[in-house]
Amino acid sequence: MDLNMDLNAPHSMGTTIIGVTYNGGVVLGADSRTSTGMYVANRASDKITQLTDNVYVCRSGSAADSQLVSDYVRYFLHQHTIQLGQPATVKVAANLIRLLSYNNKNMLETGLIVGGWDKYEGGKIYGIPLGGTLIEQPFAIGGSGSSYLYGFFDQAWKEGMTKDEAEQLVVKAVSLAIARDGASGGVVRTVVINSEGVTRNFYPGDKLQLWHEELEPQNSLLDILSSPSPEPMNI
Amino acid sequence: MNFMASKQPENSLLGPEADSQRTLYPYVTGTSVVALKYKDGILMAADMGGSYGSTLRYKSVERMKPIGKHSLLGASGEISDFQEILHYLDELILYDNMWDDGNSLGPKEVHNYLTRVMYNRRNKFNPLWNSLVLGGVKNGQKYLGTVSMIGVNFEDNHVATGFGNHLARPILRQEWHENLSFEDGVRLLEKCMRVLLYRDRSAINKLQIAKITEEGMTISQPYSLKTYWEFSAFANPAQGAVGSW
Repeated sequence: MDLNMDLNAPHSMGTTIIGVTYNGGVVLGADSRTSTGMYVANRASDKITQLTDNVYVCRSGSAADSQLVSDYVRYFLHQHTIQLGQPATVKVAANLIRLLSYNNKNMLETGLIVGGWDKYEGGKIYGIPLGGTLIEQPFAIGGSGSSYLYGFFDQAWKEGMTKDEAEQLVVKAVSLAIARDGASGGVVRTVVINSEGVTRNFYPGDKLQLWHEELEPQNSLLDILSSPSPEPMNI
Repeated sequence: MNFMASKQPENSLLGPEADSQRTLYPYVTGTSVVALKYKDGILMAADMGGSYGSTLRYKSVERMKPIGKHSLLGASGEISDFQEILHYLDELILYDNMWDDGNSLGPKEVHNYLTRVMYNRRNKFNPLWNSLVLGGVKNGQKYLGTVSMIGVNFEDNHVATGFGNHLARPILRQEWHENLSFEDGVRLLEKCMRVLLYRDRSAINKLQIAKITEEGMTISQPYSLKTYWEFSAFANPAQGAVGSW
């Protein structure tokens, strides 16, 4: 653990962020923990930020950097939409993010996943890691928690999933990452974007599946003590 | 556009850096590119990996791209800088086409342009973190050159970047000859790529081979190479000295 980090350390989003395409649109997912060193500054943050009606971005890394970048891009896209006379495409949004990330690569510390739906290309996901590389992918993972998901996605990802399959995959993945990454935690938020519009979903920690060495949450020890003891086994 | 003050530690010995920028280190990187001249033109090979430190993060990165009608550019190093170079070259080719004079930039000219760009960035201590391979054919003349991030540039019958310098070039020195057929050229490149796959930690088993001739340029679909592990010594390497490797 880094002993130099303290309560005055810059707000960083440890984070697990995911973007997945399915036949008809995209599903974006993220955890909700924002940490300042070892302290959890916000346990219910919203890391999936709107850029336009049809394009959202998942933010990771420095909270300040990612907020500023998305604020600038939202501003540019707004003007672009007015000038264009129709909704901006996901590709344009992703390229604007890339321009800011690349041209300020020495000063920014943020990895972003842009996802959305437009009438020309349908659902698209673009990953923009540190350095400002732009890479279109069928699915993208990012943030510190993503280290634990490379193997999971190699095995679980399939082309042409339905909306529900895709969302379940995202929720499962973020939940698995939260289980192992100290910098990720809280609730799982998802955003589904398709031709019909945008749907936000919220999965609190106690609604998620339990993993290895995790126990069913109880109100109190007293409830356990007062409940009937288990029956002896009959061998 | 810059909207933030640069990070400078209090005990820094560096001069005023408020306005200057320097690329400190690469993030998403591509590994070796290998290329050779053959009978009809140039053959170039590169895998499709984009590494993020030691993680093999991206496995479908195209590191070879056509430039204009006559050239093929392969890059290793920072992928975002390669994407920026492609933007510069788009503009270069566009302006060349706008002359509408029947002339078009050949590989030698594109290589020279890239050399100037790379060297000038190096002089400003803000390099494009790439090693580039530029090959092509124009008017029957084959051309194969390379430029590094510090501006070192030369042309040769066969070139390689990164690990390829150490592993592929000795093989090419030994086995390359004038007027290789397409099949022999591909086999020679695959021999180099297989060695790189065995011995380069950042190599992945998914590659493309690109060909450029007077007629034009093609890039193969991504494919994987078979590897050999059946040496008897591999089965039980520590037999003679338990605990060793």
